[in-house]
Amino acid sequence: MNVTRFNWFNATSLTLAFAFLYLPILLLILFSFNASKLVTVWGGFSTKWYVSLFQNEMFMEAAWVTLKVAVVSATLATILGTMAALVLTRAGRFRGRMLFSGMIYSPLVMPEVITGLAMLLLFVAIGLDRGYWTITIAHTTFTMCFVAVVVSSRLISFDRSLEEAALDLGCNKLSAFFEVTLPIILPAIVAGWLLAFTLSLDDLVIASFTSGPGSTTLPMKIYSQVRLGLNPEINALSTLLILFVSVGVILASLAGKRAEQMQAKQD
Amino acid sequence: MQRGIDWGRVMLIGIPFIWLFVFFLLPFGIVLKIALSDFVNALPPYTPTLDWSAGLAGFTDFFSKLDFESFQWLLDDKIYILSYLESLKIALISTFFTLLIGYPMAYALAKSPQSWRTILLMLVILPFWTSFLIRVYAWIGILKPEGLLNSALMGMGLIDEPLSILNTTTAVYIGIVYSYLPFLVLPLYASLEKLDHTLLEAALDLGCSPVKAFWQVTFPLSLPGVVAGSFLVFIPAMGEFVIPDLLGGSETLMIGKTLWNEFFSNRDWPVASAVAVVLLLSLVIPILIFQRMQERQQEAES
Repeated sequence: MNVTRFNWFNATSLTLAFAFLYLPILLLILFSFNASKLVTVWGGFSTKWYVSLFQNEMFMEAAWVTLKVAVVSATLATILGTMAALVLTRAGRFRGRMLFSGMIYSPLVMPEVITGLAMLLLFVAIGLDRGYWTITIAHTTFTMCFVAVVVSSRLISFDRSLEEAALDLGCNKLSAFFEVTLPIILPAIVAGWLLAFTLSLDDLVIASFTSGPGSTTLPMKIYSQVRLGLNPEINALSTLLILFVSVGVILASLAGKRAEQMQAKQD
Repeated sequence: MQRGIDWGRVMLIGIPFIWLFVFFLLPFGIVLKIALSDFVNALPPYTPTLDWSAGLAGFTDFFSKLDFESFQWLLDDKIYILSYLESLKIALISTFFTLLIGYPMAYALAKSPQSWRTILLMLVILPFWTSFLIRVYAWIGILKPEGLLNSALMGMGLIDEPLSILNTTTAVYIGIVYSYLPFLVLPLYASLEKLDHTLLEAALDLGCSPVKAFWQVTFPLSLPGVVAGSFLVFIPAMGEFVIPDLLGGSETLMIGKTLWNEFFSNRDWPVASAVAVVLLLSLVIPILIFQRMQERQQEAES
């Protein structure tokens, strides 16, 4: 057995692991086209659940709220997260740096029930009415840390002499950032925005704590339906969400690759 | 070099700092305060509330009314200790199984031909982007008594009557391993990929068997990835709510679910906060270790 190169053992473990990761999703997609109302018995091909999904106003309304929260919070999180990434990689030492990086890294692993409860108690304490804005603030706060991690890993790996050259040539810090740094880290910023967007799109727990009457998000709607039992409309909705996100991620990564290649050519 | 205050730098640090301080750190102070308060049937459902208009007297009055009653409650009612221990057990066992599946996967990824690697990595990352809730939901249809797994096994004649997996701890293990696998594989792949192949070849040339070479060379060198990946599974799994709620049924107690029920069903905010404080205290050490590792890795890269 050759241990330094890819062998049959590696091929088998990859195949099994990918089967484990993808089979449940593929089955879910398959059964969204099931004519039978019984979610686990195949009754022929049909797209009727998609039709009834789009006629269900409850879902459509929740989808609209979710989309608004996701776009606004991802945009805010990208701005704040990029600033935080610059602080982590470029600001050097300052008082409170330990606290700062702690506040960036701990939301990444913090159980959502704790984050959600803490945010809610803050909003109640300062008397902010729960609804669209409280969900948006909560999502901005936890997703900006993910953006910070994605952007800072790009900032670490790129050549700082370019920034220094711009400063030597008379750029001030702000214009050096916009003229030199930003174009280089743009693919990472786009990836960060997408990550923040999908995290917000997916979140059930934090949204449940921080939402108020009239601002039910799609995951909250899905959750309450799933608690009642399996539902073919949920399969159809899940399939659409999976397609939407997968296409977005694949397009973004292809665009990122192209941008990198263009940059490599210019160098 | 610089004269005066660099306002650009102050703003750059200040804006994200203040945002995180107000919306992330400050709320934990409030959780602690509510945990020391008492439950009342009012809005908001806790007492005391700080009366700003009463001045200093209001302050002293406020602090004198705080007590540890909610924490006492956590000790008196067995359900909290039981669900805490159960969470610890479930998180540990599922981290172990995630490692068992994730290690060979990351190892194979690190050794895979360069031309496939981008697409293979993409396939690992993609499920991480698709909704957590949906991926957990997908397992309900597979695991339930009349579900796909049971009909497949019965169709093959392997079992005579359906296995009951849904609404047991086994389903929770499957759910956690499935949901958190990419979190473990990615850092592990990163550390295995950096591994110096000549070391392994040297060990083999010096007469190590492949298995021994793995345990003496590869595994110790991949330990940072193993630890980082395991924390990324263990910490969120401890407080997991969706998986035990949807797959574990009523018999699975986990602390995240207990907190949720305390808050949404019993509407007892002080006890829910006390549960959060205890859970947080138990995670402080793993979170600090995780943070130190992230910082050290960043310093090593720059």
